[in-house]
Amino acid sequence: MLEQIGVDSIAALFEEIPAELRIGASPSIGPGEAMSEMAMLRWMGERAERDAGLVCFAGAGCYDHHVPAAVWDIAGRGEFMTAYTPYQAEASQGTLQLVFEYQSMMCALTAMDASNASVYDGASGLAEAILMAVRKAARKSRSRRVLMAETLHPHYRDAARNIVANQGVEIETLPMAGGRCELKRLPDDGAFAALVLQQPNFFGLLEDADRLTDWAKGHGAAVIGVVNPLTLSVLKPPGQWGESGADIACGDGQPLGAPMSSGGPSFGFICAKAPLTRQLPGRIIGQTEDAAGRVGYSLTLQAREQHIRRGKATSNICTNQGLLVTAAAVHMALMGAQGLAAAAAASRANTLRLVERLTAIDGVRPLFPGPFFHECALALPKPAPEVLDTLLDRGVLGGVSLAKHFPELGNALLVCATEKRSAEEIDTYAKALAEILR
Amino acid sequence: MSDTPDDLRYASTHEWARLDDGGVVVGISDYAQDALGDVVYVELPEVGQEVQAGEEIAVVESVKAASDIYAPVGGVVEAINEALDDGPEIVNQDPYGDGWFFQITPDDETQLEELLDAEAYAEQCAAEQH
Amino acid sequence: MSTIFDLSQPGRNAAAQCADLDGAALARLPEAALRAASPALPEVSELQAVRHYTNLSARNFSIDSQFYPLGSCTMKYNPRGAHRAASLSGFLGRHPLAPERASQGFMECLFALQEILKEVTGMAAVSLTPMAGAQGEFAGVAMIRAYHRARGDLERREILTPDAAHGTNPATAVMCGYTVREVAVDGNGDVDLDALKAAVGPQTAGLMMTNPSTCGVFERQAVQIAQVVHDAGGLLYYDGANLNAILGKVRPADMGFDVLHLNLHKTFATPHGGGGPGAGPVGVGERLLPHLPVPVVAQHEGGYRWLTEDDVPGTIGRLSAFAGNAGILLRALAYALMLGRTGMDRVSDFAVLNAAYLATRLKAAGFELAYPNRAATHEFILTLAAQAKAHGVSAMDFAKRLLDFGMHAPTTYFPLLVPECFLIEPTETECREELDRFVDAMIAIAEEAERDPEHLRTAPHNLPVGRLDDVKAARDLKLRWTPG
Repeated sequence: MLEQIGVDSIAALFEEIPAELRIGASPSIGPGEAMSEMAMLRWMGERAERDAGLVCFAGAGCYDHHVPAAVWDIAGRGEFMTAYTPYQAEASQGTLQLVFEYQSMMCALTAMDASNASVYDGASGLAEAILMAVRKAARKSRSRRVLMAETLHPHYRDAARNIVANQGVEIETLPMAGGRCELKRLPDDGAFAALVLQQPNFFGLLEDADRLTDWAKGHGAAVIGVVNPLTLSVLKPPGQWGESGADIACGDGQPLGAPMSSGGPSFGFICAKAPLTRQLPGRIIGQTEDAAGRVGYSLTLQAREQHIRRGKATSNICTNQGLLVTAAAVHMALMGAQGLAAAAAASRANTLRLVERLTAIDGVRPLFPGPFFHECALALPKPAPEVLDTLLDRGVLGGVSLAKHFPELGNALLVCATEKRSAEEIDTYAKALAEILR
Repeated sequence: MSDTPDDLRYASTHEWARLDDGGVVVGISDYAQDALGDVVYVELPEVGQEVQAGEEIAVVESVKAASDIYAPVGGVVEAINEALDDGPEIVNQDPYGDGWFFQITPDDETQLEELLDAEAYAEQCAAEQH
Repeated sequence: MSTIFDLSQPGRNAAAQCADLDGAALARLPEAALRAASPALPEVSELQAVRHYTNLSARNFSIDSQFYPLGSCTMKYNPRGAHRAASLSGFLGRHPLAPERASQGFMECLFALQEILKEVTGMAAVSLTPMAGAQGEFAGVAMIRAYHRARGDLERREILTPDAAHGTNPATAVMCGYTVREVAVDGNGDVDLDALKAAVGPQTAGLMMTNPSTCGVFERQAVQIAQVVHDAGGLLYYDGANLNAILGKVRPADMGFDVLHLNLHKTFATPHGGGGPGAGPVGVGERLLPHLPVPVVAQHEGGYRWLTEDDVPGTIGRLSAFAGNAGILLRALAYALMLGRTGMDRVSDFAVLNAAYLATRLKAAGFELAYPNRAATHEFILTLAAQAKAHGVSAMDFAKRLLDFGMHAPTTYFPLLVPECFLIEPTETECREELDRFVDAMIAIAEEAERDPEHLRTAPHNLPVGRLDDVKAARDLKLRWTPG
């Protein structure tokens, strides 16, 4: 090959790089000696093993649900996993049709008209949803104020604020009372581009989504619903909230076939009512046909995207979370509406059982009144981080401490028991906690 | 060679404007529709919207490009061409007639005179092609 | 092919996935919060779902089955071992909010990757949290903004990019509240230094560029460019899209860059997954250290701990719900461990060798290189303008016809300033025979263009569908399945 090129060494191929920039002959970079696959797997395996084995009662945006065996058998096929972004439509009909089916399923779950092909995760997706609403408002109220529920996942609040910070968007907080949005503190001072609420909210509680939606619409603001897609098999979809429905539904798709995997990769979804379709960021698949009239699928509405619209694109997003969307489509097809509802109901049943067992312990009580879905905040007689640390020695990941983000709530712990938790595991947790608090 | 009717004024950003019974009707030129290719969507302003001369108030989209449409004069948007919602191809078929975008009631009609005449605009298009 | 919805039969389900619905569990929920009717998801058996999606998968090109000479995208083969390592149950089952004490194995892996990426790039620190290249770009430019703001330097409102830059660069700058000014690239693919000097000033926040550039050539004046931008008070951003060409050869920090992102899904072993996921870690020099996005892993008392907003008060903050695309980071670490010190620069050795060989052979076969006076890097550009003029066939027609030959098309129409361009990147993982096969296909198609140009214009002919009507797709929007 070198002979054909007309050089005598590979080094000669790098001659355009100024010599003073080049790293010397024996590079000092790199992680050490090369490992074989076997040695690497042993090294990684030892580290994976070190953290393994905890029974998970933590939720807070990432859930330990069962994933049907077929999901990753299919998503892991090389034909899906090693395919490129489907820019060459004729060579990508598999991915394109699958994503079209995914978009259809997400529209059904959320009762919306259009879905994109995913964004990175729920939190960054919320930032994109806010920017959609602000762009839409630019044509009407021109407001750049966004009202965000205090009961939204604190990491979502932070990430969304950080991402929109430099575009002149003002984020104001709708305070909570009793763990839910305080309706009587809805503001009365001018226009908002959007209201953001989470259902079920960060504490697992159900918001009065109908009234909040109607208030927002009455004030000319778009409604952005941050939702858990699994719970939508049971709960009223954002598209049907209030008199006329939310405008945008977004959230994290992790409960649809993605393992917890330290929080990523999962995927963010964004669905919207028809008038906002063109504000959606990222890729969207449409159905069309070829010259012979055969049905096919291709990326559409690409003129909004960065590779064409550059500085005026709806977003800079390019790579999304395609493979996780593949898993989600297969997951939803396998589970069906009934399977998703059963998993959601079983998770709720387990969390009810868990809360009942834990609150039977002296000093442990529900932090807030009112119905929760499959997560619940508890008040403990001791600091939550301390309790969680002790539980680790008994093999239990006992939930998520609220100390950092909600210090005013005292010794608060957020717990969740998905359909995967057995009665024995729940009993083990309750017994361990009772001993620790004794 | 694209068509540039003599009775219209043109912006260097390829909009045309025609004073019509006190209103200024705006669309995009034949040259612009040809350069864009098949128009697939036109995002129009709101009726009643107040606009400044030179403000981006609409977007025209083809499969491979999206271009902003600037208001050639300041004023209030009086009417929009709703037929483009369902028939964006009209922009390609009849850019100076049924393919109009919106009508503005101008604050100051004389702003029209700052636009290019047909001859100057045709020269600009010819230069862009090379 | 039918959709999964067309296969649906009311009441059918994948029995094993569908426990009995525990209606009692839902009983105590307020009626108003519940859904009135079940969502219209498909109702199919497990076999139907498995067969449907397996058949769909056969309608895809993929690295496992085809060659992808896709410039700027680095579609290389990624060792399955890296995938296996990231899929170990201890990693997949870890909850993101597990306490540090129960996360030391995972955190050691992330710390090791941070250190490797620091060494490879020469940067002072790395944050792994951005979830793709574009989010890495966002983090980088947001840090530039935070830096200027922290110094009270509020007049810098402009980001410069070469006019050949990828669309994400200007889109990112705007997301960070900047305006964009483009700087011309000269006829040899280098940034026009005089144009750059004329463009910089007290309004310049920074310059975003990649090296090798999007023109597929090494930017020889990198050091001078850095000087011009730094003298004007701006910072220099490195887009890691093309790192594959210089891995182990040159470090972006040595070229004067202050901040960069890496596309781990290009350079470090994550397959593209039909569009993602990726990971876009950012590296910074000393000046931007106070603004690094969180969380970051630090060594602490013989173990590891997370650095958060409390530890890095000047941070641009978190950009995701948790810690980014952890699974992709683990793949990158596994890949780096298998490459080791000696393997790291062999990536660029073979990436550049393959590109140079392919460029040489295509040139000999009569194709025109866009930058004939320049050495190929890991990629190079052909211009098919002559074929377009002589036979009325476009780069797109060539691309579609290549699909019929069982090869993915190169990147077409990017960068925009080269007419009818093919941006070709064979990557280091292809063997010579595959490259020869590509040259043969290109020669055959060029001959076909003379003989029967219509055959190109109507290609592809051997795929599940012919060329699709993009205008219809955009005019008659059909974005979801509807019955009937």
